[in-house]
Amino acid sequence: MSGVDEAVRPRAAAETAPRRTLRGRTGGNPLATRRVNLLYLPALALFAVFTVYPLVQGVLLSLTDWNGFSRDSDFVGLANYARLITDAAFHTSLGNTLVYGVGSTLLQQVAGLALALALDRPLRGRALARAIIYLPVLVSPVVMGAMYYLLFSYNYGGLNDVVVALGGERVAWLSDSGAAVAIIVAVNSAQFVGISMVIYLAGLQTIPAEFHEAAMLDGAGYWRRFADISLPLLQPAFAASVVLNLIGGLKLFDVIDVLTGGGPGYSTSSVSTLISTAYFDNRSAGYASAIGIVLFLLIAVATLVVDALLRRRRLGAP
Amino acid sequence: MNRARLGHVAIALGLVVAVVVQLAPFYIALTTSLKAPTELTSQWLLPQQGVYWQNFRIAIEDGGILRAIGNSAIVTVVSTVAVCLLGALAAYPLARRRSTLNRLVLGGIVALIMIPPLSILVPLYSLLTDLGGTNTYWGAVVAMVVTQLPLSVFLYTAFMRELPVAIEEAAAVDGANLLQMLFRIVFPMLKPVTATVAILTSVAVWNEYALSVFLLRDPEVRTIAPTISTFLASQGNSLGAAAAAALISVAPVLLAYLVLQRYFIKGMVAGAER
Repeated sequence: MSGVDEAVRPRAAAETAPRRTLRGRTGGNPLATRRVNLLYLPALALFAVFTVYPLVQGVLLSLTDWNGFSRDSDFVGLANYARLITDAAFHTSLGNTLVYGVGSTLLQQVAGLALALALDRPLRGRALARAIIYLPVLVSPVVMGAMYYLLFSYNYGGLNDVVVALGGERVAWLSDSGAAVAIIVAVNSAQFVGISMVIYLAGLQTIPAEFHEAAMLDGAGYWRRFADISLPLLQPAFAASVVLNLIGGLKLFDVIDVLTGGGPGYSTSSVSTLISTAYFDNRSAGYASAIGIVLFLLIAVATLVVDALLRRRRLGAP
Repeated sequence: MNRARLGHVAIALGLVVAVVVQLAPFYIALTTSLKAPTELTSQWLLPQQGVYWQNFRIAIEDGGILRAIGNSAIVTVVSTVAVCLLGALAAYPLARRRSTLNRLVLGGIVALIMIPPLSILVPLYSLLTDLGGTNTYWGAVVAMVVTQLPLSVFLYTAFMRELPVAIEEAAAVDGANLLQMLFRIVFPMLKPVTATVAILTSVAVWNEYALSVFLLRDPEVRTIAPTISTFLASQGNSLGAAAAAALISVAPVLLAYLVLQRYFIKGMVAGAER
């Protein structure tokens, strides 16, 4: 032992020793020995074969020109990624994906919070209203999409029935790219607004009534109490709801596939639907893999950034 | 006083609008499903020329909706049981043995939650094709389990960390082995979190489309979501049968929701606030 070592060690020992005895590795549980780790091996084995291996394989495939079915393929380096930079279909899909993600998130926060505030007061039929607004959350987006198709269809749609009855011309709701993108955002938001609503309702119910009573004694009106009491205390609910809606919107696939199939052309396509088009329709599995990796990175970065932003603000909240 | 009353009415009206908007697609599906293809009255009207039940017959016979519901039931039940069991087992060491290794393992599993299914579609599809897993129940179950299991492990771990260790210590002192302790002492305490995991998993698997539409192309094993989208696409402009198919597929969900409504909403909130 050298002198330097001895000079450093006592401090390190003083820091680690009490932790060992207080918390220990087993938390004081005599059965939590190393052998207990065997219990997560089945889960890890499944993840290794069916998630991690495909992810690694996806990175490797993205460097090839594999067509999805033939035995051989060539290494093409970063050519697939270079293609993303010039591919107009990818640019449209990426733009739409951001609109789906951000648009749905905004719409669901506004509508979800408004519905939660409306339902957080004594009102006849409150339980029924909550149950109905929440119902679509449990229905498959494909089935909701199929039912909404009946509303927006050109020849037989319920919406055009109203337009015609009012003396207007039939509107091609789903063939007009701008309208179709907006409809997809609206349909996705309407389907999942129930999640935001119940998250905010649960958040509102954790706020002690005394806070509002005290503020009322001080003469604070409804909006003042909302802004100064409810809103800051809803920060955790806000964080949970935003992260959930944003991820859901960014990986949107089902509704688009049923309502427009990504068309006309690629005008309503998302990054997710572009992957399936590239793989199954265009026989470009290598390119589809590259888009898959980009989608993964997009969602990972968005989640981490939003989570970090909201978590930091959560700490600053009262 | 008057202003407060006005506000109350406005809120009630807003809620009525929201409820109507949410019910509109179901109502349109109902009117469409009850009309003959020849009846071209407004979608908003109930059938004017008699109820046409043929749509439901077509949905069941040509669309195979009942078989699809059966397939979804099989895949959902097996996947949900596997996700609960594997999740609870994996969570135990992660909650009770806090080593650096286990912190890394938990972090890695939680990171898997972020992987969108479509981003591993190409390699997963070719892997399952090589293993003979496409168009099989087990292939679909494996895909569902690996996509749902990370959240399950996370929820179980978080829940177990809040459980007192003392009971397990007492059991160990009494000579219980690891499996006895898990199945007799730990697992019975997990009912609340198991309800959450089971609801989140079964809803997600029952409704899953992004992977199953590619993994299950054979009508014999196809689940509900891909069956509905295929049927809708094949029906062209005769939407009555497609509407009937959609309604039939909603019926089991509606039934479960009516019976278990409180658990559904609670479970979803618990899952979201992770």
